[in-house]
Amino acid sequence: MQPSQPHWEHFEHGADIGVRGYGGSLEEAFTQAALAMTAVVTDLAIIRPVQTVEIQCKEPDSELLLVDWLNALVYEMATRKMIFSRFNVAIEDNVLTATAYGEPIDVERHEPTVEIKGATYTELKVSEQDDGQWCAQCVVDV
Amino acid sequence: MDTSKLLQRSDFEWQIEPHGNMRVPAIIFASESLVQEMDEKVYEQVCNVAMLPGIVGASYAMPDAHWGYGFPIGGVAAFDADEGGVISAGGVGFDISCGVRTLHTGLTLEQIIPLQKQMADVLFKNIPAGLGSTGHIHLNPREMDEMLSGGACWTVDQGYGLEEDLRRTEEQGCMAGAEPDQVSEHAKQRQRNEMGTLGSGNHYLEVQKVVEIYNAEFAETFNLHLNDIKISIHCGSRGLGHQIGTEFLKKMVVTAPGHGITLPDRELACAPLNSDVGRNYLGAMRAGINCALANRQIITHLTRKAVSRLFPEASLEMLYDVSHNTCKYEEHVVDGAARKLFVHRKGATRAFGPGHASLPDDLRSAGQPVLIGGTMGTASYILVGTGESMSQAWGSACHGAGRSMSRRQAKRTWRGRQVQDELAARGILIRSPSQRGIAEEAPGAYKDVSAVVEAADRAGLARLVARLEPLICIKG
Repeated sequence: MQPSQPHWEHFEHGADIGVRGYGGSLEEAFTQAALAMTAVVTDLAIIRPVQTVEIQCKEPDSELLLVDWLNALVYEMATRKMIFSRFNVAIEDNVLTATAYGEPIDVERHEPTVEIKGATYTELKVSEQDDGQWCAQCVVDV
Repeated sequence: MDTSKLLQRSDFEWQIEPHGNMRVPAIIFASESLVQEMDEKVYEQVCNVAMLPGIVGASYAMPDAHWGYGFPIGGVAAFDADEGGVISAGGVGFDISCGVRTLHTGLTLEQIIPLQKQMADVLFKNIPAGLGSTGHIHLNPREMDEMLSGGACWTVDQGYGLEEDLRRTEEQGCMAGAEPDQVSEHAKQRQRNEMGTLGSGNHYLEVQKVVEIYNAEFAETFNLHLNDIKISIHCGSRGLGHQIGTEFLKKMVVTAPGHGITLPDRELACAPLNSDVGRNYLGAMRAGINCALANRQIITHLTRKAVSRLFPEASLEMLYDVSHNTCKYEEHVVDGAARKLFVHRKGATRAFGPGHASLPDDLRSAGQPVLIGGTMGTASYILVGTGESMSQAWGSACHGAGRSMSRRQAKRTWRGRQVQDELAARGILIRSPSQRGIAEEAPGAYKDVSAVVEAADRAGLARLVARLEPLICIKG
């Protein structure tokens, strides 16, 4: 069977929303989860990847690392008033190094829906599936 | 939720007997239909909270309970520090001290209607709302620490508000025991430009009219009359609170095993009150409470300035300011004896009954105003705390409607413009930087707040005083 392309989706959670990324590697799944999170805020297609921000996280396991990675992005979005649409992610021994590409928020053009308060441990799961695909997911509080 | 698993104690009280690792029972206050509509996750979460060390009495869920993070939203639980009791970042929530403040205006419906559009525009222009908005006040490191220690009192000292406002705010506007040193630089950085901003999601500023009085005596004490115009502000501690929540949740997850705490759910992460992590969180969380009180105080100031442009004679006095995401150290009577407990209210409003020492003199004989926010298209309610509520759930009541439809589903169901037009046809003007945000917050995506407050009233958690309906809503 042809492995599916990396992709993301949202899943339901009462008051908030779940983000889920799939990919052929842990890095791809983390990248897709980050795209899913951005897509909670605005349309990915209208974000110009013209500025970069470097991010580093280190955690004891890959699930805590996913929450840390998403929260690092939440922090950069909040303090730089930026929004990101492309990510280069490398993970080795639960140390994540990434470059996020994006641009300053333009309220008129991006029409951001909500601001994300933080990534949570609810429905948190990072796993390699039987077909070799990686899945990385959690609920984000908005 | 399947009611067959519950023991019905009255029309509005349902009990779950301790089973498994539960140390105390769980009690849900709601009508049968509200219980049936509740997610099964509420059952799981209210039972999980009952397993935490040092819990006293019972794990409670309010009529608007829904699936939260570790604790249900609408969860109330008290812990005794001397019996190994814990404090939980999830039991407070990411938006520390999120709450509602209601202001009188002295204006009536007849005065507002001809200027309703101008009023919507002037408020929208002057109250920063939505993602990416920044406040007019930028704090340097020294001012940040002063704000985190002083709360609304600091804000009033800076000229943003009146001394009388503080009397009508929980903790008289300043949460004691705040420790700005326990708030990380990241959290402070997130807040630097966000003072006096509403935020997004379900946060709002509303101009409302009083449409129904349920109890004339309390309404008189609270200065509520038919067709009065009130302004309500719903927001919290902004980026600072979110960052404190994020950081301490992780610390609590990582340190729980070392404290001998086995977590049924990671999101329930907590730390003994008598531990470094517990004490540090308490100090940081209290600083977060002060940030929320300061934030609502600044927005009050901006609102007064904006309203005075159209109505120079208007006098915006405070009715009250309540917080619904907190952990507070309070004295309660347990089995006839007074005990000091740490009461978590996650999506639950304090509802102290008449005579409570913390209430301002002119409200003490009535009880505490309980301010319940609605949605853009529905009503908000004002209730009053009762003597009964003190003995039922540590003096707590519900906090709002709670969603019945996910954001995703809401966005697929409605378009922002359509929601805005429909509400305008009903005389409700919405102003928001985001049409998508309006769609996600469409009134139809929320539960019926009337059923929630009726259940709170019938359960004796608080008594209904008045209903207010929106005329203008500034949405983040």
